[in-house]
This record gives sequence, C-alpha cells and structure tokens, in this order.
Amino acid sequence: MTKLLEIEGLQTHFFTRDGVAKAVDGVSLSLDRGEILGLVGESGSGKSVTGFSILGLVDPPGRVVGGRIVFDGADLVAGGERMMRGLRGRRIAMIFQDPMMTLNPVLRIDTQMIETVRAHADVSRAAARERAREALVRVGISSPDERLESYPHQFSGGMRQRVAIAIALLHEPDLIIADEPTTALDVTIQAQILSEVQTLCAEAGTALIWITHDLAVVSGLADRLAVMYAGRIIEAGPTAGIIARPAHPYTKGLIESVPQGKRHGTLLKQIGGMTPSLLHLPRGCKFAPRCPRADAACDPEPPLAEIAAGRGVRCVHPHLEAEESAAS
Amino acid sequence: MIVYLVRRFGQSLLAIVAMAILVFVGVYAIGNPVDVLINPEASQAEIAATTARLGLDKPLWQQFGIFVWNAAQGDLGTSFVYGRPALEIIVDRLPATMELALVALILSVGLGVPLGVWAGLRPESVAGRTIMGGSILGFSLPNFWQGMLLILVFAVLLGWLPAGGRGETVEVLGMRLSFLTLDGLSHLILPAINLALFKMSLIIRLARANTREVCLQDYVKFARAKGLSGRRVVMVHILKNIMIPVVTIIGLELGSMVAFAIVTETVFAWPGMGKLLIDSINLLDRPVIVAYLMLTVLIIVTINLVVDVIYSLLDPRIRLSEVKG
Amino acid sequence: MTDSIASDLEPVGTPAPARVDHPAKRVAKQFVEDPVAVVGLVLFLLVALVALLAPVLAPQNPYDLAQLDIMDGGLPPGEASFGTGMTYWLGTDTQGRDMVSAIMYGLRISLFVATVSLGLAITIGTVVGVTAAYFGGRIDSLIMRIVDLQLSFPAILIALILLALLGRGVDKVVLALVIVQWAYYARTVRGSAIVERRKDYIDAARCLALSDRRIMFRHLLPNCVPPLIVVATVQIAQAIALEATLSFLGVGVPITEPSLGLLIANGYDYLLSGRYWISLFPGIALVVTIIAINLVGDRLRDVLNPRLSS
Repeated sequence: MTKLLEIEGLQTHFFTRDGVAKAVDGVSLSLDRGEILGLVGESGSGKSVTGFSILGLVDPPGRVVGGRIVFDGADLVAGGERMMRGLRGRRIAMIFQDPMMTLNPVLRIDTQMIETVRAHADVSRAAARERAREALVRVGISSPDERLESYPHQFSGGMRQRVAIAIALLHEPDLIIADEPTTALDVTIQAQILSEVQTLCAEAGTALIWITHDLAVVSGLADRLAVMYAGRIIEAGPTAGIIARPAHPYTKGLIESVPQGKRHGTLLKQIGGMTPSLLHLPRGCKFAPRCPRADAACDPEPPLAEIAAGRGVRCVHPHLEAEESAAS
Repeated sequence: MIVYLVRRFGQSLLAIVAMAILVFVGVYAIGNPVDVLINPEASQAEIAATTARLGLDKPLWQQFGIFVWNAAQGDLGTSFVYGRPALEIIVDRLPATMELALVALILSVGLGVPLGVWAGLRPESVAGRTIMGGSILGFSLPNFWQGMLLILVFAVLLGWLPAGGRGETVEVLGMRLSFLTLDGLSHLILPAINLALFKMSLIIRLARANTREVCLQDYVKFARAKGLSGRRVVMVHILKNIMIPVVTIIGLELGSMVAFAIVTETVFAWPGMGKLLIDSINLLDRPVIVAYLMLTVLIIVTINLVVDVIYSLLDPRIRLSEVKG
Repeated sequence: MTDSIASDLEPVGTPAPARVDHPAKRVAKQFVEDPVAVVGLVLFLLVALVALLAPVLAPQNPYDLAQLDIMDGGLPPGEASFGTGMTYWLGTDTQGRDMVSAIMYGLRISLFVATVSLGLAITIGTVVGVTAAYFGGRIDSLIMRIVDLQLSFPAILIALILLALLGRGVDKVVLALVIVQWAYYARTVRGSAIVERRKDYIDAARCLALSDRRIMFRHLLPNCVPPLIVVATVQIAQAIALEATLSFLGVGVPITEPSLGLLIANGYDYLLSGRYWISLFPGIALVVTIIAINLVGDRLRDVLNPRLSS
C-alpha cells in the first residue's frame, strides 16, 4: 500500500522586504494511514509552515517554491486551488493553536459547523445540523443542542478547542494536522484533549501530524518524530528510539532541557545561543554555531543520513550508540 | 439590554441638552439676544413685546428655562425674512435634504463596501491600488471642489445633466420628492454623487482596512481549512465581521451627511435646509439658524442612538454580555 | 518572525548585537523607500515655500489696489496686461487681479490658518489627553465624555455654527478650527498614553516620587508622538479643506484676506459662463496642497504603524 502522505524536498519561502526567508527548505517526510507523527521544533523552525503548506494555506508573501506533496497519490502542489478546496476539511483537516482565534466570533457554532458539512456533502440543513450535533457529542460536549446555538465567546478555551476538533472530525478525514492545539490551554485540559484526540484518531484510523515545540507532550502520543531546525528536518525516526538515544546534538539538547522527575535537584541543561534568523542563515550545518561538537567538517551542510532502520539524522558528528556505551 | 438602552438614551438626552446650552450661550450670552432674535426693523413696541415673551429681562437661568420650554414646544422663534415660525420653514425644507442624504448614503454604501472589500482582499493589485488612490482623493479633496468639477464636466462641458436646482417633483405623503420624475432624477444625480463621494471614500478605507485585518485572523484561515469556498469565506466570514464597524460608521455618517449637505446644497442650489442655513447666515436670519441647529442636533443624536442600538444587536459579544450584565 | 524566535527562546549566550537606529532615522529611511511619498514631500515643501515667500515671488501685490487695473479684468490665461504689458499666465479675475499672485497670497493665508490652528489644537489636545490618561478616574471620564460628545457632531457643523455666531475673520476661523480639532488630538494622545500608563515603569517612576508633570510629559508623552504625527498629517489636510469650505460658503476669512477657498468662491459665479480660470486654478493649488500632504501622511502612517509595516 502506498503511503498516505509523502513530502519530498518541500521548500516554502517568504519573500519579505528584508529578503527571502526560507521558512521551509527541503523538508521530506512521509506518513502511513493512521500513523501519528510528531513534528517538533522551536518557533520559527518551519514546522507550522510545513503544516500550512500541506493544506495550501500559506499566505503571501509566502509561497511553496519547490518540492512535492503527494497525498494519497495526488500531487497537492501541482493540483491547484480547486482540488485543494475539495480536500480541505474533507480528507485533510486542521486544528489551530489558539482556540480563542479559530472560531469566528460573530457566527454561531451551528453556522460554523453546518457550513463545514455542507461544503463537502450535499445534505439538507437539518441533516447537517444532526451531524454537527453528533460530532459535538463525540468530543465530549454535553447539552450539544444548546451549545450549537451559542457563540464562541460563551465557551471556555478547552471547550472551543473541542469544538474545533469536532469540526475537524466532521468528515472523518484521513489526516488531521494539529498545530500546537494544546499550547494555549491549561495543563489539565491539555491532557484531556490529548487523550481524546488520540482515542478519536485511533477509532477512525485517522493519521495525525502533531506540530509542537513540546517534546514531553508529543513523546507519549506520536509513533514517530521529526525534529525541525531552521526549516530542515535534522532528525527523524521512531519516538522511543529518539527519546532514548537522540543522535543529533540539537535533539539531545532539547531532550535534556525537558524537566524530569528523576533528575530532581540537578540543573537543567540549556542549548546555548539563539535560533538563527531565517534571513541570515549560517553556512553549512545551521546548528553548528550553537553546537558543542561543531568543527570544520560541519561545512558543507550534511544530508539527512540513515543511521539505523527508519532513523535519519543530519549531522556529521552524531551521538551514536557505540560511542555512548564506550563513554559510560 | 434594557439597562443599556436606558443608559444610551440618557446619553442622547445629555447631548441634546449640552447642545441646547451651547446654542443658548451663543445666542444669549455672547451676542445681544435683542439684536439676535428680534428683527432689526421691528418697532419699539414689538421689541418690548418679544422681550417680555422671551423673558429677556429675567435672569439668565430663567431665560434658559424659557428657551428650553419654547424649544420643546417647537417654538424656536420667527424668521425675520419670511415672517413665519423658523421651525416650520426648516421642516418644509427637510424632505429635500433627507432625500439627497438618503440617496447619497445608499450610493456610498452600495459602492463603498464592495470596492473596499475588493481592495482589502487584493491590496497589491492594480485594482486595489486604484480604488485606494481614488478614495484618498475622494476623502481629502474638499467636497465643494468635487462638486464644482462635477458641474464643470457634466453640466458645462458635456451638458448631460443640469447644474443645479431640484427639477420636477412629485408630492408623496405631503413631501415633495425628486427621484420619482425623470427630470427630478437628473437633477438629483450630481448632488447625490457629490455628497456620496466623501462618505464612500471613508467606507472604502474602512472596509479595506477591516478586510485586511480580518483576513489575517486565524478564523479566516480556519474557515478556508474547512474547505469553504472563497465566496463563502468572503461573503459570510469576512463580511459579517467588517459589517459591525461599517454599520456604525454608516449611521454616524448619515448624521454628518445632513451636515455635509450644507455644502452640496450650496454648490448645486439644492433647496434643502442646508442651503437655507447658508442663506440665513448671510441674511442674519438668526431664529432660522437656531432652529436649524436644534433640529439637526436632534436628528444626529437620534440617528446615533438608533445606530448604537442596531450595533448592539449585530454584535453578539455586546448583546449577550449586556443580557448577562 | 525573528521577534518570536527571540522571545520564545531563553538566550543564555550573548545575544547578537541588535542594530539600534534612532527611531526618527529609521522612519526617515523607510519613508524614502516610497518614491510617491517623496514626491508628495517635495511638492509640499514647494507649496510651503511659495506660501512663505509669496510677497517676494508674486508678480504683483494682489491687494494693493494701486497695482490693479480694472482694464485687465477677466483676461484668460496667457494674456498680457493692457497697461504694464506683464503676462497673466493664469489669467485675471474680474477686477484685473493676476491669478498667479492671488493664488500665492491665498495659499499663504490657507496654510497660515491651518498651521496655527494645528499648533494650538495639538497643544491643547495633548495636555488634555495626557492629563486624562494620567489621572484616570473621574477626570478621565469627564474629559472623554466631552470629547466623545463633540466628536459625535460633524466638524463642519460645529465650525459653521461658531462662525455664524462669531462672524468672519482670520482669527475667528482659527478659533473655530481649534475648537473643532482639539478633540481628535486629545483622544489620540489619551489612547496611547493610557496604554503606557498601565506599564510598570510608570508606577516605578511614581514610587520614586517624580512629579506628576515630569511623569506625564517626560514618560507618557513621548509614546504618544507617533500616533500624534499620523493624526496631525490627516488633520492638517482636513483643516485646509475645512477652512476652504467655510470660506467658500462665505463664513470664513474676510474678503480683504482671501484664502484659496474664497478665491474659488469668488470665481464660482463665472464658472458657468466659461471664465473657468478664476475658480479652477486656485482649486488646483488647493488640491495639489492637500494631495501632497496626504501622500506624506499615508506613508508616515505605514511607517509608524508597526502592525502594518511588518
């Protein structure tokens, strides 16, 4: 069976007054049906732009300038707006970061849900409304009839995100792109939403791309991880393997900067320096200026090389298993 | 909601009272009210009679009471020029002004909103830039100058439309209206365009700015991510959001249209109350000026009140928070 | 975009040294990137120069009756005087007044009225606005009530009524324009000052027992300057237009000191009879002035509004 989604060499650039910002520059990744991929990176690493590129929703001055995005056999970059619109909301849905901002404040919830149903299905208003109601029930919203007639501002943040998730699930899509959907929520709500999304996706066999800067959140959720830095994937592979033995110095840094119970009392490690400006990227490996292992070999930039089955890393001096055991 | 309405109504009343005080101070305290309100050609006996009727010999606060009392009963003095109650003369001219203002308002909204949204969706396009450039001109060039150019081009050079006057009118419900006859309509077009241009530019700018702002919102992107057609995103998601400020401004501008009609009516010799005001200023017919002012203030305040109520009905955030509160 | 990167990450190393230009320099730099705005600025400077130097530049003093020749009345553009032989490039009015000179002097009066009223209105508006923002509470709500009340009435109506009561005169027009305009500045200044007022450093300054006046004008005021400049450029164009309108309606400046608006009004009667130049050329001068200011103002707004310029 073919992959659900295959991205090859995606380049999305923003043509700003100060120059071209290469927000995404040569990203390749793939996704099976029902698989959950964690796309991890700091702000500005290009992870959200990758998500928007898949949906064809990159706003000017941004533009996909290269690469292919093949979804279920069809090239989305070449497909054009008409095809994209047919896919959006029906086969590929998206959940945004800030639930306060994603629902239109002047439209009632039922309007916003019914229009989504009717955008892709030729059904009566009543039937569409019934589907909306069911979707609300599915995401655990009580008294859905009353809720349908409310406006977004009458909901709490967590409830709004549930509505957004319900909207994303309306057409039982093959793929949901979730752009930091829990970042703006309280920790307890975060956990609830997380487990609900996981359950719902497992039930329906929906693949999920979970975009986040928070390794802790995604490590319990994703089958595989892809770590992004400065518009590139610098490490990818099965979640367990990466968490246990990160190969890229940046990934290692990220993991070590996550607070953990057992390291209580010890100082958290930090990654020195700052993410580079996308307008003025360094030559060679983009992480080199901040990397403790960097040397002359880091220029030119290394390719994403396979170090084990399904594990790729873009580094000339990766932390390898053999080396780890030798050191200990 | 009711609390809100009552409070809003109180504010309107306050505005009217404030303006009444201002007019009163202007007429009674700055000038000599005898000069201002009594025909200079009146005889001694008439002066004495009017002085007594208006209570000009009484203390200022009592005079104010009389002024308000008379005004409330519709007595704003008698025109020196026409020898009729000032208010009556103004009300006679009211339909002409309202007709002009309404037609101009419809023109400015009907054209302004679509043009503004268009320019907002494609700010960098040639059309977007042209619309914006045009609106800057419409916004910044003085109204009378635009009117003059309209006359110069369409009346003097091309000879297509009359340069002034109201043309043939039809009486409907006691009001003489121009737009029902072909001749009246031809007289109405230029002044209506002239009066509309300024507001239209304002609405274009507002609609454009709001469209741009709304377009950046996540909910528009989310609406697109739901697979909605571009048409629905614009017509429902964007338009409904920009209509709130647009409706506000439309209402407020209807009030100011009545005021701006002063200029247009003067340029096009349109026999409305604005032209009457300028004529009265030139003839020093003060009671008419006072009557015009009070009536216009009343109209503007009422319009503002109605707009605010509509506004609160349109915006669920305001409406519902008031219900709760 | 770079901002969010920097703010999201806790830098431990030394941050890259940011280039810090003086704000005015940054604004000037961005301003000249738009050639249209530069044209506007040059035009405006030219207009201002003509107005300033009108007595030197004008071929005749249009209000010295001794220099006028009624024989030259109503000459079309390009005709020569019957008496002195000088060419009237833009024609003459019915009294034989050279339109070039009349326009130069008219421009002078128009700009004088606008700038003086602008200066006074800004001063009053700023003081009132900062006071309202700084003290807050009842003072603030009282002041803002008045401002809102005034702004709910069209400027032209207020100005017209004032002048109808006061009579004609340059000083009276200035007064009317100040009364009409101060509220815009008060609202603008108060709006930005109140945002700044809520920041912690103002409380810190108060704890240091700095005087109210010092905090208001040294700390609050500078933050209000960019929006103030934007409003001022819009308002000065509006002031010029409003003065012209009032004078056109016959309630503005007196006949002895005609501004552009009054020149247009004087020629208006002859417009229909074909002597278009008496009205048209002063009108063009007025329009060029207003457009030039608007071009500058639009660019300034884009440059000074960080939300739109990014």
